[in-house]
Amino acid sequence: MIRVLVPGLLTTVQDLGRSGLGAFGVPIGGAADAHALRLGNLLLGNDEGAAALEATLVGPELLFEEAAVVALAGAPFGAQLDGVPLPVWEAVKVPAGGRLAMGRAFSGTRAYVCVRGGLDVPSVLGSRATDVATGFGGLDGRPLRAGDRLSVGTARGEPRGRRVDAAAARWSGPRRRLRVTRGPQGDWFREDVVEAFLSRPFRVSASSSRTGVRLEGKPLAAPTRSLVTEGVVAGAVQVPPAGLPIVLLVEHPSTGGYPKIGSVISADLSALAQLRPGEEVRFARVSFEEARRLFLDREARLGAPGVFLP
Amino acid sequence: MTKDAPAGLPRLLPASDAALLVVLGEGPSEEATEAVLALLAELAARPPRGLVDLRPAYASLLVVFDPRTTTHAELARAVEPLFPPPGHPLAPAARCVEVPVCYEGDCAPDLADVACGAGLSPEEAAELHAAAPYRVAFLGFSPGFAYLLGLPSPLATPRLAAPRLVVPAGSVGIAGGQTGLYPRATPGGWRLVGRTPLALFSPSREPAALLAPGDAVRFVAIPRREFDLLHRERP
Repeated sequence: MIRVLVPGLLTTVQDLGRSGLGAFGVPIGGAADAHALRLGNLLLGNDEGAAALEATLVGPELLFEEAAVVALAGAPFGAQLDGVPLPVWEAVKVPAGGRLAMGRAFSGTRAYVCVRGGLDVPSVLGSRATDVATGFGGLDGRPLRAGDRLSVGTARGEPRGRRVDAAAARWSGPRRRLRVTRGPQGDWFREDVVEAFLSRPFRVSASSSRTGVRLEGKPLAAPTRSLVTEGVVAGAVQVPPAGLPIVLLVEHPSTGGYPKIGSVISADLSALAQLRPGEEVRFARVSFEEARRLFLDREARLGAPGVFLP
Repeated sequence: MTKDAPAGLPRLLPASDAALLVVLGEGPSEEATEAVLALLAELAARPPRGLVDLRPAYASLLVVFDPRTTTHAELARAVEPLFPPPGHPLAPAARCVEVPVCYEGDCAPDLADVACGAGLSPEEAAELHAAAPYRVAFLGFSPGFAYLLGLPSPLATPRLAAPRLVVPAGSVGIAGGQTGLYPRATPGGWRLVGRTPLALFSPSREPAALLAPGDAVRFVAIPRREFDLLHRERP
C-alpha cells in the first residue's frame, strides 16, 4: 500500500480515461498530459494506460509501505526520495518505508507518479480515472487526502529500461507556441480577429483547471451569430462573448455553445496541459494534414527503439 | 453528400485533427433530433474503424476518432452512406421515463418569474410544464444532463442575467426555449421551475444515466413531502 502523508494541491488517480460515453455527456477525462503517463508506464513495463497519480503544481508526500518501482513523468517537481533528489523519467526502486516527497513544479504543471503494476482502484464506467468535476472514479471520486491508502496492482511485464530518452521526454514539455488547426466556426471570425488570435500572446489564467485552460489578455471580437450547442473536443479554442478564449482540456463538457476559432493539435495537447498559470502562450496555424503528420510522427517515435535507455 | 439535402445539409466539418462534425440541421427541431438519433444509432451499432466517441447535440453529431487508425476522409466515406433522409418526423420513443418533479417552494425558485412571463399563475405554469410531452434530444454539458424538446412556448424564458453559483442536483431548468435537468450541483443560469428527487446520473448504476437520447419523458408533479421522502430514499 501507498499511504498519503500530504495530499498536495490536487492529486488524483488517472489513467487514459473513459471513451464511448459521450452520448451520455461523460467526458473522456484521464491524465491531462496523457503522453507523460504513457511514457512513464511503458518505462516500467506497465500497460500504457495503467493508473497513476497526477500531481498538480504542488505534489503529495507518499509513504511506500512495501517496496515498489516508480517512475516520475511529466513536469519536473524537484521530488525527493528519503531526502535524495529523484530524477524525472527514470525507473527507481523505492524501499519499504520509503518516503517520496514530490515537491513543487518548477516548470510545467502536472507530474505523474507511475508505479510498477499500476494503482489498483476500482474501475468505474470502464476507467480508473478520477472525474474531479462530477466526483466519480479514482479513489472515491475525489482528489487524495492525508491518510488515504492506495493499493498497487500486480506487475505484468518487465521494465523496458532505466530511463526515458531526453528527446522523447521533451514531447511532454511546455511549449511557447501551441499549434492549432482551423476551428469548426473558424470562418465566423473576421480575418483580422483570426490574425490577432495567431499573433497575440495570451496569459494562462489562475482559474484554469482540468476542464479548460482559460486565457487572459486583449479580448478577441467574438462573432455576433449564436451557435447551436454542439459536441466539442479537448483542444478546442472557444471564444465566449467576452472574447477571452477557453481551451478545453480532458475533463471538458461534452457539448458547448461558444464558437471555436481553432483546435490545438493532438501532438500539442500534452504541452497544453503543462501550461502554468501566469505563463504566456501563442498560437500558430497548421493544416489538418500537418497536424496529422506531427501526431503520427510522435506516436511512431513512442514505439521506436531508443526511447527507453538502459 | 446526398444531392437532395436542403441548404447544404448534412455538412461535414473537421472539428479538430481527431474529430469530424456532422451538421444535420440548422437548429433544435424534432426533424434534426430524428436525424441525429438515426445516425447515432447506426454508428453505435456498427462503429467504423478508429471511432473513439460520439457526441450528439440538437442538430449535429460529433464523431471523435483516433488519427492513428483513420482519417477525416475515411470517416466521411463511412458516414455519408448512413445520412438519414432529410425531413423525417421524430420516430416514436422506444421508452418513456416518468420523472417526478416538485414544482413548489425552494424546489422552484424561478417558477413565479416564468409564470409571470407567460401571463399565468405559478400553479398554472407548473401544470403546463408537467402536462407537456417531452423527448430527450441529447445529453451533454455534464454527465447525465438531459436537453429536452417540447417546452410549451409560453414558458420560454431567457436565462438569468447572473448565473447562480450553485444549482441543486435534480433541478428542472428553462433557458429560452430549452428545458433540461441538472444531474449534479453546478453553477448555472437556467430558470429553475422544479426539482426531481431522482438521481439523474449515478456512476455505479447500470446504465449510469437515468435518461438516454431519444427517450420520451413525462413529468409527474409531486408535493414537497413526497419529494423529501424520495430524495432521502435514493441510493
